[in-house]
Amino acid sequence: MQRRTLLTGAAALALARPALAAAPPKILFWHAMNGVLGDELNKLIARFNSSQKTVEVVGVFKGGYPETLTAAIAAWRAGQAPHLVQVFDVGTGSMVAAGKAVKDLWQLVRETGAPIRPANYIASVRGYYSLPDGKMASMPFNSSTAVMWYNQDAFEKAGLDPAKPPATWPEVVAAASQIALKQAAKYAITTSWPTWIHFEQFAAIHNLPYATASDGFKGLDARLLIDHPAFVANLQRLLDMAKAGTFKYAGRDNLPDPLFYSGQAAITFNSSAARGALVKSAKFRFAEAYLPYDPQVIKKPTNSIIGGASLWTMTAPRRTHAEYKAVAAFLRFLGEPQQDAEWAAATGYVPVTFAGAALLKKRGFFEKNPGTELPIFQLERLPVTDNSRGIRLGNMAQLRVIIEEEWEKALGGQQNAKQALTAAVERGNAVLRNFERSMAG
Amino acid sequence: MERRTIFGGWLLPAALVLPQVAVTVVFFLLPAAEAIYSSVTATDAFGLHIRFVAAANFAALFADKGYLGALGRTAVFCALVTALSLVLGLLLAVFADREIRGRTLYRTLLIWPYAVAPAVAAVLWVFMMHPEVGLIGRLLNRAGIDWDYTLNGAQAMALVVVAGAWTQVSYNFVFFLAGLQSIPRAVIEAARIDGARGFRRFRTIVLPLLMPTTLFLLIVNLVYAAFETFGTIMALTRGGPGQATETMVVKVYRDGVINLDLSGSSAQSVILMLLVVGLAALQFRFLGRRTLA
Repeated sequence: MQRRTLLTGAAALALARPALAAAPPKILFWHAMNGVLGDELNKLIARFNSSQKTVEVVGVFKGGYPETLTAAIAAWRAGQAPHLVQVFDVGTGSMVAAGKAVKDLWQLVRETGAPIRPANYIASVRGYYSLPDGKMASMPFNSSTAVMWYNQDAFEKAGLDPAKPPATWPEVVAAASQIALKQAAKYAITTSWPTWIHFEQFAAIHNLPYATASDGFKGLDARLLIDHPAFVANLQRLLDMAKAGTFKYAGRDNLPDPLFYSGQAAITFNSSAARGALVKSAKFRFAEAYLPYDPQVIKKPTNSIIGGASLWTMTAPRRTHAEYKAVAAFLRFLGEPQQDAEWAAATGYVPVTFAGAALLKKRGFFEKNPGTELPIFQLERLPVTDNSRGIRLGNMAQLRVIIEEEWEKALGGQQNAKQALTAAVERGNAVLRNFERSMAG
Repeated sequence: MERRTIFGGWLLPAALVLPQVAVTVVFFLLPAAEAIYSSVTATDAFGLHIRFVAAANFAALFADKGYLGALGRTAVFCALVTALSLVLGLLLAVFADREIRGRTLYRTLLIWPYAVAPAVAAVLWVFMMHPEVGLIGRLLNRAGIDWDYTLNGAQAMALVVVAGAWTQVSYNFVFFLAGLQSIPRAVIEAARIDGARGFRRFRTIVLPLLMPTTLFLLIVNLVYAAFETFGTIMALTRGGPGQATETMVVKVYRDGVINLDLSGSSAQSVILMLLVVGLAALQFRFLGRRTLA
């Protein structure tokens, strides 16, 4: 039975072969976008497919970011890698080290002559996905940054000015006590993405190194530096606030989102891309503000870094030049201002190109949606330093979890901030050495 | 009396056995061999650099406080889940074995939880125990008990133990009930005539006669607690807070699938495999091949 099916299949394949050769090359694109984001991505793909006749892009939703990355790696090992895969920010280190499994963007551009120019991308986006020599390794796509969201109704109720959010950490602490005192919300403050925001972003805007070797950009021998007193003081502040009842640690990743969306928390830290969900579900006035800084560490904060994902071109045995050309054509299309602007407007991600941002401005998008330009301003604060380009470490997903685990142990009263970060550095460095070893030989 | 079918040649028997052998090879032997191979090599996720490192991965594991922690945690977790589900299963079976009205209904209801998928069961527990949205969780907090399993490691462990044991109680119940019903009435009657009452009769007559069932269930429950609680733990706590509920399987998944450390994860799988082989050997040793399975 099975053999017969196989035989028929083989025969059909043999017959179909000439037809296949004539058909446009199919570009397989694995991504992790579902829901609203998936719909918007499918629209982009459909528009590209109908805009020309020579290439057909097939988008496949492969699950969450980790699943998509794992699936792509397994597929590559089996010689079946997709042409394009969407890899989240923390997977960048693994992909940069992936050698012949990927074709870096600059390489693709050189081989195909596609007009994709790094200078079109805003510095903090370009930097995150570039190699130390400035060549781009992957194609920026969905990028956001972290901001502070606050509930303006709760601010008013607490007697705070809803038009003037706190700008520094001491001001945040004061506002939190005020909110708690007036019982303007169940929780004064919470946060989503604990490590990304309170360590990675914190390091960037305070111009503090996160790890040696320029945050890992310059080599696999990087060691974590997050036991620096500034990080310890920041974590201790959050722990103290938790003890005082003004800060609610509500889990990792985006688990704490509902606390702010439902109005239970007056202030939260989250991705700027949370806007879409807030517009849809928040029954209160809300606004976004710059990430607060610690005036004892820096007087004028530097740029924040991005989060999100980028697109990587993967290799496979017998993949033809025509196929790579097709991939480049699709990437070039995605980088056009029109696409960049519409994707950003529809999703809440920031435009990644200057032209895309300019187009949104011309259309009056930022005026109609106050606050949406703020993440871009925060990303464009200059100059981008070695500490604010991004973080390029192996197994970064694991590092994030380690920091969160130690943070949670501290919240449970088992250790203070200093001990937590000493432990996190020790465990994190073990992970980094392990990664370094796996790349040797 | 042994019944044997005599086949003329070897072709037909071989063909009949082949599907089972093929399934075993494809789904067990090949992956196991792959795991053993990866466990003695150091490799990156893409397999670009593969080096033979002998037992270095294992040495690294046993030098890692995190892994030793997971080992100890798994032992505690398995012991608690097994003890809890065995005791409750036995207790319920003993009561359901009595002549009471509607016992068929009780028995059916007691078997139900076994049919609930781990992820679904975990969601039910979240709805009950979550400090913010859970029915009981909110009540506890209102009563002044500081209940928050998302931050308190001991509470999280207690929760996954109870949730893990819950579905297994049904399984144990079925086997204990069958075991109880297979005890000859005459033995019980004789004990009763000799004046053994209540708990004494249970302890001296029923329990020893249930021993084969109990031993079998002990092994099955240990294996269940070590492996199949993965879904429950992932859905409830994801191994957190801290690493308070990170058992060995959770760590294998996290290191292998999320952290892409295939060598370390494979070494952990091999250790798990050895543990299960050990348990299975124990089972055969003490129960022979005439188990209820």
